[in-house]
This record gives sequence, C-alpha cells and structure tokens, in this order.
Amino acid sequence: MMESLDPLLLARLQFAANISFHILFPTITISLGWVLLYFKWRWNRSHDARWMDAYGFWVKIFALSFAMGVVSGITMSFQFGTNWPGYMKTVGNIAGPLLAYEVLTAFFLEAAFLGIMLFGFRRVGNRMHTLATLLVAGGTTLSAFWILALNSWMQTPVGYEMRDGVAHAVDWWAIVFNPSMPYRLMHMLLASGLTVAFLMAGVSAWRWLRGDRGNDVLAALRTGVMIGALLTPVQIFVGDMHGLNTLEHQPAKIAAIEAVWETERGAPLVAIGWPDEAARTTHYAVEVPKLASLILTHDPNGELRGLDQFEGEHPPVKPVFFAFRIMVGIGMLMLLTGVWGAWQMWRRGEPSRLLARALMLMTFSGWVAVLAGWYTTEVGRQPWLVTGILRTADAASAVPAAHIGLTFVGYMVLYVLLLAAYIGALRHLAAKAVAEHGEPEAEGPPVMPFMDETTVASPDAPKGGA
Amino acid sequence: MPNPDLIDLTTSAGWLPLAFMAVMGLSMLAYVILDGFDLGIGMLMRGADAAEKDAMVASIGPFWDANETWLVLGVGVLLVAFPAAHGEILGALYLPVAVMLLGLILRGVAFDLRVKAALRYQQWWNRAFFGGSLVAALAQGYMLGMLVVGFQDGIGPHLFSALIGLCVAAGYCLLGAGWLIMKSEGALQQKAVVWAGRALWGTALGVVAVSVATPLLSPRIFDKWFAWERLPLLAIIPIVTAALFFIVWRSLRRLPVRLGEGNEYGIWVPFVGTVGIFVLAFYGLAYSLFPYLVVDRLSIWQAASAPESLMIVFMGTCVVLPMIIGYNIFVYRVFGGKAQALDYGGWDDPIA
Repeated sequence: MMESLDPLLLARLQFAANISFHILFPTITISLGWVLLYFKWRWNRSHDARWMDAYGFWVKIFALSFAMGVVSGITMSFQFGTNWPGYMKTVGNIAGPLLAYEVLTAFFLEAAFLGIMLFGFRRVGNRMHTLATLLVAGGTTLSAFWILALNSWMQTPVGYEMRDGVAHAVDWWAIVFNPSMPYRLMHMLLASGLTVAFLMAGVSAWRWLRGDRGNDVLAALRTGVMIGALLTPVQIFVGDMHGLNTLEHQPAKIAAIEAVWETERGAPLVAIGWPDEAARTTHYAVEVPKLASLILTHDPNGELRGLDQFEGEHPPVKPVFFAFRIMVGIGMLMLLTGVWGAWQMWRRGEPSRLLARALMLMTFSGWVAVLAGWYTTEVGRQPWLVTGILRTADAASAVPAAHIGLTFVGYMVLYVLLLAAYIGALRHLAAKAVAEHGEPEAEGPPVMPFMDETTVASPDAPKGGA
Repeated sequence: MPNPDLIDLTTSAGWLPLAFMAVMGLSMLAYVILDGFDLGIGMLMRGADAAEKDAMVASIGPFWDANETWLVLGVGVLLVAFPAAHGEILGALYLPVAVMLLGLILRGVAFDLRVKAALRYQQWWNRAFFGGSLVAALAQGYMLGMLVVGFQDGIGPHLFSALIGLCVAAGYCLLGAGWLIMKSEGALQQKAVVWAGRALWGTALGVVAVSVATPLLSPRIFDKWFAWERLPLLAIIPIVTAALFFIVWRSLRRLPVRLGEGNEYGIWVPFVGTVGIFVLAFYGLAYSLFPYLVVDRLSIWQAASAPESLMIVFMGTCVVLPMIIGYNIFVYRVFGGKAQALDYGGWDDPIA
C-alpha cells in the first residue's frame, strides 16, 4: 500500500508532524525563561517566598518543555538533510550559516546553563543562579532569532545571487534582516508570550479551583493574566503590520487567506465561509463589505489582487483560509479573557469561579493559535519552499516511500504518546502542588521546593494527586 | 577535485573544509564520550534498584542536555559544511537514523517524566529510559559499522554492523560504569565496578573488529596503515590502546578491595582510561577514512559548501567554540564531586 503513496506527500507530512510537535515546546520555553527570570528578580528584591515557590513550580515545567524541545529539535537537524536534500543543495550556502549560528550561539548557551538553573542554586550562589536563568532565557530567544531569520528569508529572500542554480550569499545583513523578518520575529515572540501567559493562568486557575490558595498560585495567575491582557492588543497590532508586509511581498498568500478569487476594489472581508477552489468561489460566505480592502490597503476602495493573478502559483486556499480564521478567533478569545481577567484581578484581587473556569479552558489556546498561525504562513508559501528559488517538489528526497511511511508512523505514535504524557505530567505536577499546599507552610527562609522532586522518586514517598 | 593530493591548502577552498572536518570530528568525539556515558548509565539502570536509579540519574542530571547538543553541532557541521555528504550519508542511513532518533527522544523525555509523571507511571518511564538508551546506542554502533564498510548492502555488512552496534553499546556501558565509579558511593559504586568489568570485553571486541575490518575494506586504507616508513609511528596507536585496556582491567580487579576499605584511590582510572581508548579508536578511524567522508568516494573537498559561506561560519566558530568549551568545563566543575551531594544533600540547610 505504501508504494502507492507519494513520497513527496509523505516527506511533507512527516516533516510537518515533526515541526508541529517541535514548535509547541520552544513556544513555551522562549517566554517561560523570561517569566522565571521575573519571578527570580521579584524574590531577589523582596525575599517573599511566593516568588520562589512560583519559580520552583514553573521551572519544572520549563525543564520538561525544554527536554521535549531538545529531543524533537535533534530530529529536525537530521530531517533537513534526509527529507529535503534539494534544500541544502540549492540554498545550503545561506541556510547553513544561519542554522550553524543558531546551534553555536544559542543552543549551547541554553543547554549548558540549564543544568545550573535547575540544580545549581546551592552550588553557585544566588547571583550566579540568577545569571544562569538570564542566560537560558537569552539563549532561547537568540535561538528564535536565528530560526525566524532563516524562515523569513525563505519567505522573502534577498541578499543573494544564483550561480549555476545554487544560491550564494552576497549581503549577510540583508539576508538576516530580510523584509519579513522583523514582523515575523515579533509576531512569534509575542505568540510565545501569550502561550505562556494563558498556560500559566490556566494551570494556576486549575489549582485555584481545587482549593489551592497558596500565595504563589495567585502570583502566577496574576502574572499570566496581566501578560495576556497587555500582550494581546500588541499582538493584534503587530499581526496587522505582518499582514501588510505579507501583502507587499507574498500577495498570493493574502489572496488565499482572504479567499479573493478575482482582483477587485473594495473587497469584502469574508468572516467565515466554505472556499471551493474548483468552482473558484466561497459558499455560504458571511461578509463585511469593503473591510478586507480597508484593513489591508487602509482604503475602503483599495484594490486587492485576486487568486486569478497567481494561476498555478498560489497555495491551496482551504487550509490557509481556515487556519488563519482559527488563529484570529483564538486571538479574540484571548483579548476577551485577558481584559476580563485583568479587570477582575485588579478590582477583586482574586478570580471568580467563572473566570477561573474560563482561564482553565484557555490553558492550551496559545498552542492552537501558534499552530494555526504557522500553518497559515507555511502552507501559504506553497508551492515554493524558498519563494521564487526552489519549489517544494524539487527539494524532496529519493528515499523510498515505504521507509518514509514506516518512520512516519513511528514518529506519530511516539509524538501522540509524548503529548499525552506531557499534559498528564502538567496535571500531575499541579495536583501534587495542590496536595502539598494543604499542609501549613514551613517556617524560616524558603528552601528550593522543586528540588524535592528527586527525593520523592522512591515509592514510599508521600503520594501526590488530589 | 578528484585527487586529494592536489588540493592547494593555501586557498580558503583548500583549508576551510579541513578546519570544518576538525570541528565536526571534535564534536562527534565529544558527543560519543559525553553522551556515551549518559547512554551507558541509561542501559545500566536495568540492573539497579529504585534508590540506585535515582542516584544514577542524579549523576548525569545537570549534563545530559549539553552533552546531547554536541550531536546537534556535529550533524549541524555535516549539514552546513558538507551538505552533499549529509544527504548521501544520512540518506543511506535513513532507517537506523530514525531508530536512533526515536531512542534519543524516548530517553530524553523519560529522563524528565520519570520524576514528573504520576508515581504509577514511574516504572514505565524507567523502562523507557533504559529502552531509549539501548536503542540509541545500538543504532549509533550500527551506523558506525555501516560507515566503516562504506554503506555496502548485503548480509555480511549488516551482520558486521549489528556486531559493532552491540560493541558500541558495551563501550557506552563501560563509560557509564566508569563515570558511576567516580560519582557514586557504597553498594552502587561496587556494582559499577562489576558492570565495567563485563562491558570491558565487549568494548575490546569492538575495537579489534573495527581495526581489522577497516584496512581489509580498501587497499588504500591498507597501504596507509602498513607502509613501512610510517609503521613505527602508527604502531603506537594499537600499543597504547592495548596498554590502556590492561590498565583499566587491572584497576577494575583492584578497586573492589580498595573501595571495601573506604579507599578511593584511583577511582578515576577506569573512566579516564576508557576515554583514552575512545580517543585513540576515533583517531585511528579518522586516519583511515581521511580525507573521505564516504569511504573512497566522497572527499571533504568534493562535499564542501562555498568558501564564502564556510568563512562566515568559521569566524563565528572561532569566537564561540572556545566559549562553549569554557562554560562546559565550568558546568562540570560546578557539579564536580559525588552525585548524591548534588540533589540530595544540603537542600534543607539554607546556609550550606
């Protein structure tokens, strides 16, 4: 059966599965590192135990997310070559150095200082421990910088010349700071911030609903809600600028997102509908007149180039259309819960049961939005792998379909298991914290509570779970 | 560039590939030794009780993330500097690479989940930690075997590669046991001496097998090793390797008595000796293969990227690599000493 499957499709599915699984975890670590630094900074200033308790709880989740990110990231470094040999052959001279700098400057910084951040509090002293937290946070962000630079270059390539069908770098500054890079980087960093904000608020709300009234729970909940309320409007603004940038450099992607079939002036915004590529129309469309033109050209009668101008050169409409709407929809929900939560926390100092439930439901909303956003931009780049330089089909490998199919099944089974285990572990850690908070808080200076986990490992230790 | 002897090393197209081969070689060597002991400890966990398992994990806890990153750097250099070889080698090794990755994923995640998941799953994650380590080690050894036989197909090469897989797993166990002898105390330390003694023989078999197979594989490699004028210099490699094996063996014979008396003299000998064996074996293999990345087919100059791209990475490497090495050493110093003191001692005493 596998012989009948298209190796290109399998290679794409496998790569998409890996990269989708991978991106979940850097999305968390990029921002969680900075939030941990914030907790650490608050504790350094006040020596208020709640901040160290919050640090102790969330650093465990950081460690787990980091491990998941590392192992799935290693897979990526192999699959660039195994699944897309044509990619390195054509643009390796540009992609190579950017990937190399990511590993050199960022990855090693994170990996090496993570050990000190997790286990070194007593060994190196408080200041070095804070510094290690800073370096890990900085390392994750630097990682994101290089990867987003490369991804943006693939979307809007500049600063190169083609010699014998191979791209050679001409201007590295232009390559790194290519036209879409600042917008994409900001958009992704903010997305990471929002993912962590709602994860933190959601897990804390879960603990709150189970009766955990620890000061650290409230501190983390408030931090999450405030970050969410502050960043969502900024993200909407940056997202809009990113959209304008895409319209300028990748108009076919915008045409597919908005389902603009024919070039038109005063294009309506299709809020929802069912795009039909064969019939070149959108069924059951709910439209707001002239709004798409207004948003994208800042003129209600502005002209939008339609899909008719990109015959055979535009992405499949349906996935891009729906992925974009899922992303925006979740953004709106985030705005709503963020503002509501911030208002309530400010007025009452603690969440109502209704707010806590809503926040709980939003726990993983960031993940869904991030995936939807990445599908929008990556599927939106098709049929190109590197816009105007290399088509996805030309980069695929000659590995037999059966091998790709077999390993694809293996990866998928493992990823589904690991995702379940990850969420299960989050739940377990939260439940354990709830159980521990039932006892009165210990006297004296705060110890590092998260270090207890290694001693809890023996079976006769107190059982967690609520 | 068909003839490697005609390469002009004064041009950047000539020496840059050499420099990157050195960086890649060092990364791979660092990976094999550093993650080798992590994987070895994972495999040895099979024979340990619950408390010992925790002590074993604690002994590698602060290091394994950084250790595994050497693999990313090594494969990264292969991808960035020698893209043609990356495609050819990893294409030929597609299935074992995938198996190794699945093993590494399972191992890395189990590492965290065995203490973070609910207790009823702990046994399951311990098994995953063992299984992932074993599978990754076997796959790496299998790939080494395939590299040595130049990716030939057939029952013989596959059997040979499978044998090397077992031997590399044994070699990692030896490294892991050597690490434990340094980092642990009491019954676990005694156990580690026994484990090391068993793993020593598998390691020796692997070194002999690769040493015999490599020259037989290609007349070019044969001539390289058995040219009269170089023989005195080259003979040092097997002689020193054999001496190191003897030293490790003797140390493992003496340690149980000494440790029983509470005397820790020479606990570092098995680990350091094994590292020496790995370094020499690696050097011998590199000498055989050089300047080819795929035996007698693809040289480093044929596989290299454009010199200007290599240059921009090279400059960064010159700045960053010493820093990476520096702070890795720093981290190892911070967490020096016995592993139990790492997580289990001092935490309840805020002034410690």
